[in-house]
Amino acid sequence: MANKTATKTKAEYSKELCLHWYEEMLLQRKFEEKCKQLYGQQKINGFLHLYIGQEAISSGIESAIRKDDYVITAYRDHGNAIVRGIHPNEVMAELFGKNTGCSRGKGGSMHMFSKEHNFLGGHGIVGGQIPLGAGVGFAIKYRGEDNVCVAMMGDGAVRQGALHEAFNLAMTWKLPVLFVCENNMYAMGTSVERTSNVTDIYKLGSAYEMPSKAVDGMNIMTVYEETKAAVEHIRSGKGPVFLEMKTYRYQGHSISDPGKYRTKDEVDEFKEKDPILILKSYIMENGFADDAAFDAIDERVKTAVQASVDFAEASPYPAPHELYEDVYVENDYPFIKD
Amino acid sequence: MSTRVIQFREALREAMSEEMRRDDRVFLMGEEVAEYNGAYKVSEGMLKEFGERRIIDTPIAELGFAGVGVGAAMVGLRPIIEFMTFNFSLVAIDQVINSAAKMMSMSGGHFGAPMVFRGPSGSAGQLSSQHSQCFESWYANCPGLKVVTPSTPRDAKGLLKSAIRDDNPVVFMESEQMYGLKGEVPEDSEFLIPIGKADIKKAGTDVTVISFGKMVHVAMDACIELEKEGISCEMIDLMSLRPIDYDTLIESVKKTNRAVVVEESWPLASMSGELAYMIQKRAFDYLDAPVIRVNSMDVPLPYAPTLIQAYLPNKQRTIEAIKQVMYRN
Repeated sequence: MANKTATKTKAEYSKELCLHWYEEMLLQRKFEEKCKQLYGQQKINGFLHLYIGQEAISSGIESAIRKDDYVITAYRDHGNAIVRGIHPNEVMAELFGKNTGCSRGKGGSMHMFSKEHNFLGGHGIVGGQIPLGAGVGFAIKYRGEDNVCVAMMGDGAVRQGALHEAFNLAMTWKLPVLFVCENNMYAMGTSVERTSNVTDIYKLGSAYEMPSKAVDGMNIMTVYEETKAAVEHIRSGKGPVFLEMKTYRYQGHSISDPGKYRTKDEVDEFKEKDPILILKSYIMENGFADDAAFDAIDERVKTAVQASVDFAEASPYPAPHELYEDVYVENDYPFIKD
Repeated sequence: MSTRVIQFREALREAMSEEMRRDDRVFLMGEEVAEYNGAYKVSEGMLKEFGERRIIDTPIAELGFAGVGVGAAMVGLRPIIEFMTFNFSLVAIDQVINSAAKMMSMSGGHFGAPMVFRGPSGSAGQLSSQHSQCFESWYANCPGLKVVTPSTPRDAKGLLKSAIRDDNPVVFMESEQMYGLKGEVPEDSEFLIPIGKADIKKAGTDVTVISFGKMVHVAMDACIELEKEGISCEMIDLMSLRPIDYDTLIESVKKTNRAVVVEESWPLASMSGELAYMIQKRAFDYLDAPVIRVNSMDVPLPYAPTLIQAYLPNKQRTIEAIKQVMYRN
């Protein structure tokens, strides 16, 4: 895989791409800030793992792959769901548990899915989705297609055996999979340093001789370049790549986590490296947008977020009979009801 | 329908091979399935016919390759994942229960996992405690799965073909001790046995004896023996443990008024417990005796032959159970 410097010189990225990234990242940010508020109002319940701070990764990857490629991730999945193309209305409705949600109110926050958008979820058992991603790669290769599967995970997941088995199989069989670890430094409340002797997570790939690299996950241009280079390598049939994207989540592990295991200074330090601000500076330096243009984007995002809430509010909950739907493919499975 | 006598393992191989010829999406993956020709020779010759693209040896990494199977199934392939034994499925059970069984539901119908997890289950000689377990009721407990347990070469072929064609994840449990069992198997490549139907292996009038898998043979031996003493047993092979064909067995119990369940697993939270519940619920007024079960003993299976003899269900214990519900002691 190409080992070039990621951040290119000024104006390497078009105005259209930068403004697309900006709006998409802002949409994820504002969508989730609204989610947090709605959780407080008990409109959203259960677990709610926010992606705030990590948006450069979802957007950067998405713009570097094709729509017919596949993405699978863990439970911090709202960002990926939106950038894959699931309408924010359907994501919000899913969070509300409504039957207009992308998973018909059966998945909730952790289980967003879309067949149409090749978004394979939304998985709740830490690391469990990693072998699934390898399996999608297996299917691509079996059929002789030229797609790739992006299999994402957090830094907690890399300590699971599932990662090592999947890495070994993917390298042995040269599967077209881009493994991405979003290292936000904490597995729930346990820092990376406390989970292993190996804290440079990308190095785990070297046990399987998998091309691996650490990437600044706060800079969307870096994420984009490194993903593009990795995907090019993978699409050429050379097998998987592992990218450790260094990032930070501003919120707790889940909504119920006050995050007492880290200092305010640490959180503030990362907020200064905010992926949206970094991109905004680039846009301003290049004169891609003036205040009026930023205001217009803000307004569109605000409207989209509010529209998603209105849609979710107005949607019905699943009817009791839907309990027996989507469990088996056939609709006459004899469930035990007595 | 023309038949010929083949072994249980050959019946399984025929089922897989016929379905692979019919559908390129079907492949077989597991430990030693290809170059070694199968740990128990079930897949003998399949590598030669189908090549390494479709008959795939794996490292010893059940969690990994079971997950690869689920991922492949999500995007349209139809994997057959072989566990060398279901004892080893426990390191992969996250992928069976949390991934395969949940995929349809948690995705609201976007993705399923049309696939088969298969391999032998239960005791197979002096293998001690880690290699001799029955997890039928564990898997049968979980909605989203189907669970199938054939007892004859004929059933193995017809049911495995149905399992491979099924659009849901199917757990298909065999037995090392049955792989050499011979029986008549139809030659027709469209011979299928529907999942979810029990089979009355022997008609009778006095007592309903219910079993599945390898224990069907133990139960049948007892039934044949008791014929000589004038006790007419109706022997029902459940064949599918999820879903269960309750109607067939309830109908039988309503006729015989007595039931005995023979099962190799430990007694607590077993299939026999569920069957006894459903029989009392749906046929309470027809019962002339409590439902009795014959299970393995409530301990890990040890190595010594004397202890195995004391542990497993057998013909004698089954005969005693049948006589107990007949009040013929």
